[in-house]
Formats: sequence, C-alpha cells, structure tokens
Amino acid sequence: MKKDIVLKINGEEREVTVESRQTLLDVLRNHLGLTGTKEGCGNGNCGTCTVLIDGKAVSSCLIFAVETEGHEILTIEGLAQPGKIHPVQKSFIEEGAIQCGFCSPGMILTAKAFLDTNPHPTEAEARQAIAGNLCRCTGYDKIVRAILKVGAKTL
Amino acid sequence: MTEYTVLGKRLPRVDAQDKATGRAMYSGDISLPNMLYGKVLRSPYAHAKIRKLDVSKAKALKGVMAVITAEDVPEQKEKSSPKSPRLAREKVLYAGQPIAAVAAINLDIAVEAVSLIEVDYEELPPVMDAFEAMKPDAVLIFPDVYTNLQVLGQTGKTTAPSNITWQVEIGSGDIEAGFKGAYVVLENIFHTQAVHQGYLEPRSALAAVDPRRKVTIWTDSHGAFGVRDVCADFLNIPISHIKVMPVEVGGSFGAKQFHPLAPIAALLALKTGRPVKIVMTREEDFVATSPAPASIITLKMGVDKEGNITAAAVSVVCDIGAFNRQVGDSLGSTIQELSLYRIPNLSIKVFNVITNKAPTGPYRAPNAADAAFAVESQMDLLARALQMDPIDFRLKNAVAEGDRVITNPPFSRIGFTEALLKMKDYLNRRDKPEGKNRGTGIACGLWPAFGGACSAQVNVTPDGSVTLLIGSLDLTGTRTSLAQIVAEEFGIAFDLVTVVTGDTDAAPYSEVSAGSKITRQMGIAVRRACQDAKDQLARQAAPLLKVEPTDFSFTHGNVQVNGMPEKSVSLSTLVRNSIGRFGSGPITGRGSVGVHPTAPIFVVQMADVEVDKETGKVKILSYAAAQDVGFAINPSLIEGQIQGAVAQGIGRTLMEEYVFQNGIMQNPNLLDYRIPTAADLPFIDTMLIEVGSGIEPFGARAVGEPPMIPTLAAVANAIHSATGVRLKELPMTPEAVLKTIQAE
Repeated sequence: MKKDIVLKINGEEREVTVESRQTLLDVLRNHLGLTGTKEGCGNGNCGTCTVLIDGKAVSSCLIFAVETEGHEILTIEGLAQPGKIHPVQKSFIEEGAIQCGFCSPGMILTAKAFLDTNPHPTEAEARQAIAGNLCRCTGYDKIVRAILKVGAKTL
Repeated sequence: MTEYTVLGKRLPRVDAQDKATGRAMYSGDISLPNMLYGKVLRSPYAHAKIRKLDVSKAKALKGVMAVITAEDVPEQKEKSSPKSPRLAREKVLYAGQPIAAVAAINLDIAVEAVSLIEVDYEELPPVMDAFEAMKPDAVLIFPDVYTNLQVLGQTGKTTAPSNITWQVEIGSGDIEAGFKGAYVVLENIFHTQAVHQGYLEPRSALAAVDPRRKVTIWTDSHGAFGVRDVCADFLNIPISHIKVMPVEVGGSFGAKQFHPLAPIAALLALKTGRPVKIVMTREEDFVATSPAPASIITLKMGVDKEGNITAAAVSVVCDIGAFNRQVGDSLGSTIQELSLYRIPNLSIKVFNVITNKAPTGPYRAPNAADAAFAVESQMDLLARALQMDPIDFRLKNAVAEGDRVITNPPFSRIGFTEALLKMKDYLNRRDKPEGKNRGTGIACGLWPAFGGACSAQVNVTPDGSVTLLIGSLDLTGTRTSLAQIVAEEFGIAFDLVTVVTGDTDAAPYSEVSAGSKITRQMGIAVRRACQDAKDQLARQAAPLLKVEPTDFSFTHGNVQVNGMPEKSVSLSTLVRNSIGRFGSGPITGRGSVGVHPTAPIFVVQMADVEVDKETGKVKILSYAAAQDVGFAINPSLIEGQIQGAVAQGIGRTLMEEYVFQNGIMQNPNLLDYRIPTAADLPFIDTMLIEVGSGIEPFGARAVGEPPMIPTLAAVANAIHSATGVRLKELPMTPEAVLKTIQAE
C-alpha cells in the first residue's frame, strides 16, 4: 500500500511516497538519493546502514520508513556542517581509520551517538559500542583509536 | 638513507574525506534514468541435471523486459574466462550457480519473474569431500576432465577421467636420506577451511548501452581493464566496445577479480537497450562468488639434534570447488612457505580437486595462510620436541640472501633474520601474559608478491600543481602513496597532487590491483612519467638559467640549479612559458613498466591468548606483527593493512566457516558466518622493518597480502602454549577447542 509521508532528514523535511513495507534504507537510497547510507547485508547484522534516529544509532534496513515519520533522522550526509566536518569524521580521517570506506558512514554515526552519551570512553567501552558495526579492512585498531582520540580531546 | 620530504609521512588517504562524508560513489550507489533491475536465478542444488528449463511465464510477466539463459550467451565455451559467470546448461555444479537472469522495471517484478522460471532438476549426489572426490570410484563431476599430470618433470594426462584436475610433484635433494638422518621426525595432517573474503560491499554491477551499442559498466572490481576483457569475452564483442568506469570498491581482498554480475548485466543491457543494475543479496554473495579454498595438508618434517631441518615432505589436497579459477596457487604458495627455511631435501605434491561447491578464488596471499598454518604449526611442534626456543629454532634455519629453494632464483636482500630478532626483542621487553590458560605463539610467513604491466601519465598544470592519471583501482590507499611519489619527484606539496582514476577509454593501461602490486609496479610507472615530465621542464629551464638541462633539482615548486638555490624558476612559470604562444607545448609525462622483479616479504607475528577451559573460547589478549616493508612510503597505510590482515587471519582461525548440509550452505549471513567484531580483537601492534629491497620504487616491498600468512599458525601455537593441546583443524571454534581439550 502506498503512503505519502514527510520525513525529517538532516534537518530538512522531505515528502515522499512509499510502500508501507519499504525500509528506511530503501527510501533513503532509492527515493531520496542519500546513498551515503550503505547496504551490506539487509538484515541488521553488519551495521553499514546505521543512521541516527533522535540521536540513537539504528539499522535503517530494519525499520520501515513509515515508522520514522515525526522523528529526527540524521544520515552521514547531514553530519558535517558546510565547510566543517564533524570531530568524529576528522578523527577517523586523521587516524587512518578509513580504508574501503563502506563501513565508515555507519561506523562514524554509531561512534558519534556513542560519544554523545559517553564522551570519555575506555577502550573496552568503545569496542563494545561499535561491535554491531562490522569492518573487514582495518582490524578496528585505528577506528578505536580515532574514537578514543575524540574522547581525549574533549576532556 | 635518503631524506624525503613527502615519502615516509603518515598522510591521510586522499579518498578519506569523501568516504567519511558519504560522498564516495560505489557501483551500487549509481542509478541511471530508465534503469532496469536485474535478478539472477541460482541453483538450489549442489549437483543436479537440468531436465527442463522454461522461462516463458517469466517472460510473460508485465514489466519484465528480458530473460536470459545459457542459450543467450554468445558461444560461451567451457574453457572461456574462468573469471566470468558460467550459466548452467545441462547440469548445475554448485548451489548458487546462475541458471538464468531477468531484467525488469523494478526489483519486485524481477524477483517475481525469477520465481516464475520453471526448472525441472534431477538431483545427483553432491561431491563435497575432497578426499572422497579423489577416489577412483567417486562420482565424476565432469565426464571428460582428465588429470593434468606434472610429476617430477614429466607431463601428461590420466587415461581415465577424474575429479583431480591437476597433480604435480616436485622435489630437491634426497628425501629418504633426509629423513634417515633426522633426530626427530613429525608427521601431521592439517585441515584448513573454505572462507569468504568478507568484504562488506556485496557484489554489484550496472551496465548501460549507447546507440552505437557500446557498453559502459560500473562494477565493484579492482581491475577495470580485467572487467572489460572478461565482459568482451563473455559477450563475444571487441574490447573497444566496452568502457569500464572507475568506482570506489567496498573491500575485495582478492575476490573481486571474478566478475559474477557485470557480464550478465551487460548482456541484459544489450538485449533491452536500457541500463541494467544487479546487486547481490548477502546470501547470494556467500554462495555465488569465489571463496578461498579449503586444503588438507599432510606435512612430514625432520630435524637433527642441533635443530637443523633435514627434510620436509608435503602433500596438499586443495578443494578448488566446481571448476578451475585459480590453478597454480596451491603449489606456488606451498613452495613459498617451505622457502622460509633452508631445507636440503624437499618433496612437494599438490592435488587440485573439484567438488560441488562454489568455484574458489584468491584471498589475500592465496593459499599461503593455509600452507603457513601447516608449516608454522609443525615448526612449533618441532621446537617443542627439541626443547628449543621457537624463535631461536627459526633463526637457526632461516633463509638468508643467496639461499635458493627448488627452482626459485636465489634470495635477494631480505629481512627475515631482522624480523625474527625484532620479535625476539619485543617478546623480551614486554610483560609476559601471566596466569592460567594463557600462552604465546609465534609464526612466520613469506610472500613473493607479483608484478604486472602498469602505465601512468602526469600533467603539470600552469599553477605548478600536478595531476596523475592512472587506470588502477585503489583498494589499499594507492592513490595516496602514488600522490606521495609524485609530490616527492616534483618537490611540491602533497596537496598539490591530484590523482585521477580514469575509465578504460581514458586511462593508460593497468593490470588488476592484486598481488600487492600497485604502489610498487604503478609506482615505477609513475616515477618514469614524472621523470619524463621533469626532463621536459629541465629543457625549458636550461636556456632561462643558462645551464645544462641535467644540472637541476626539483624542490619547493621550483626547478633549481644544483648547489645554487638563487638560480631557480618555478614550475608554474615553466609550464606557462611552455604552453604559451611560442612554447613547446603542454608538459605531460608518460611512464610504463612491464613485469618487474619483486622483492620477497617476510613477516613474523605473535599472539597472546587465553583459553577458557570450560567453554573452549579463545580470547586474543594481545597481538604483534613485525614485517619487512623495505621502505615505508606511508606507515599509517601499512599499519592499516597489517592490522586488517591480522583481523582476517584471526577470524579464519577462530570463527569463519562454510557449513554445508547436502551441498547447501547453512549459514549464508553475517550472523551465522561470524567475522571478527571490535569486541573480539585487541589493538594490533605493528613493527615495520625497513631492509631496503634494493629495487624500485625506493626499496619498498609489497605490503597488503603478506600479513595474513602467519596469523593462523601464530594463534594455533598460542593455544597450544596456553592449553598443552594442539589443534590442526580450522576453525578453532569453542566447540572444537573444548573437544580437543577433553580428548587429551
């Protein structure tokens, strides 16, 4: 069944006609052209499709677009301000935490949500926080360091 | 050592910003107007005859624009490129094999159309076990495949068909005498498992056709020219009728040299005249791509009382899946890992065996981690038998410059002893893991790396910046390391270099980004291109500065007379003069390289583990990797390669496997096929050793593949140290570890 909805994405209201059964991921990528959110598995196991809904990290492949009406959705495209990237993005770039980049949007958003609630985490906390976001390139070493570095800076 | 200004620096990847902000484009991110969606029908059986294949209902479905089967593939030959998909004809050979494909106006219709294709299968017993497949009375997967024999210099073919496609035997010295002279002889059988490369971006392809029937392809490969050639072969059209676009690649680790979708998307695009996009589900990606093969390795080694290896005899049975895609690695990598040590008497036998599983392919130093798992586990057992320190035992037998193994050329300058000593020092300095059920293991690896033709073009622009045009795709940060080379060559700032990856019509040729090749091989081509442009600039500068054109150095954006900093002219001025009205034309340099000698890479790694004897769970407490990198062009990129490779090795050792039931994979998702998460791993310490290779570029050695080679054995040896039990089968899941502990 088709439905007209208004999604608040990256601070912008977007009107879109969707099937009730369409996932948020599908709508982001295929209706709104927000392809920064990736699909690695389609069933919530890899974390590449992570977006923030009201500040919480959510697998956008596991939620219907119609359920997200009225909530604040942040995708990777909305994290950086014009001319100024977010400190988590900056730290990932500087620490060499990005290789193929396919996990990076989801990983960065998960890290952002985590650091918002736990600004000065321990290594173990950081590892646990991103355990739902798979990365096959880095061995997570530089990702964890990038997260800890953001935490250390804001001390 | 030469002082460099840009080389050797920890510079961020040039692609990192786009990737961090979601701007980077992967093939699946691209959509075109009027685009159709493709879907592939795949075999649900591992081995079956196709009695009837009827696509009429699928074709009749509203919204379906084309359906193809093997009948539509122009002259697809059994011997056609093993890198293209093989649509089943009379038989299906593995669960997941493509049978047909549809293109429809949306994905829902494409999926429905696939379900309407009627196939009448006659199930055959699947051949799933390589040992069983080798037996003379085994079910034959192909009635007309005979074993290629290469036994001690004699070549031939068997007279009876067989599931063994290749049998090779080589040796040196006197193997019997070698074992006779030994003080300790150990023989063990090691099993490695098939694993998926585990890249996070599922396979995808988009193909479009222009009015002149030229096909443009966007796909997740790491060799654009390879995609072009494979698609041309599949479609039976000239390579000039195909253009492959550069895109970002979401991980490959060797797998994406095989092109399961691009040829099909291209054929559907040609049939419909419209763009066609196909993206695999994760499940399809597990069953229908090219996992790394499983091996059964029987290894016998002897040592004398002093700890000198006297002989080694190995027999490798490599389960290559349903057809040959990667022929020689089972032999080549076995030779490599036995070449770590001086072994005077050597016998190597390799059997490639076909089974009803997905055809296997390369994975980061193909087959080498398997071979090293056997060799380095055995070395640990021998050191124990001799009561020798495992590093001292290896130091005693380690190859050095001038040593040669079988038919390989003698080793050039290598850093094996340096890496072993570095690790020994590291182990001595640190706190040993205290406590019960904890232990340490070490293991080594050797990789030759591979060459391949590459070419590059540099354009010096009127503002003194430089663009580099290449056709190689970037997996490991090669755009960044190549930009560093350009900046160093011209004496300009790193951010004045722009690297452009061209499509296959625009860019100069490059071979696939595999074999840890691009920074080295393309690096040579890039240096030559820079030199070509610099020669042109020097010819421009000579009359201006009234010196010979050979007396220059390039520094701070200027061409400067050697030893006379006051006599210089900027690149910008020279280029503007050159393209000016009376100039000699734009400054553009070209460089090419053919297959260039490579320098061997040695890796030594150590793992500290803790084993829970109640559950069998192995925890990696700490991990360190020493690697001779020759010269670290970008240490940060190299560390990232090592850490990623180690993580993959740990996954392979402790958790990853294909679970089959009656030939069907039971765990085709990332929950049941577990790869390591951040919570499974510690920080991975890296030690970069720089024993210059003495060859271009800058003495740098290959980096990307070697660091996965020793990891499997390092962890196995650590488990032995922690528990006193030896595991010889992968993966070492809690269940397997517990079973082995309980059996002891």
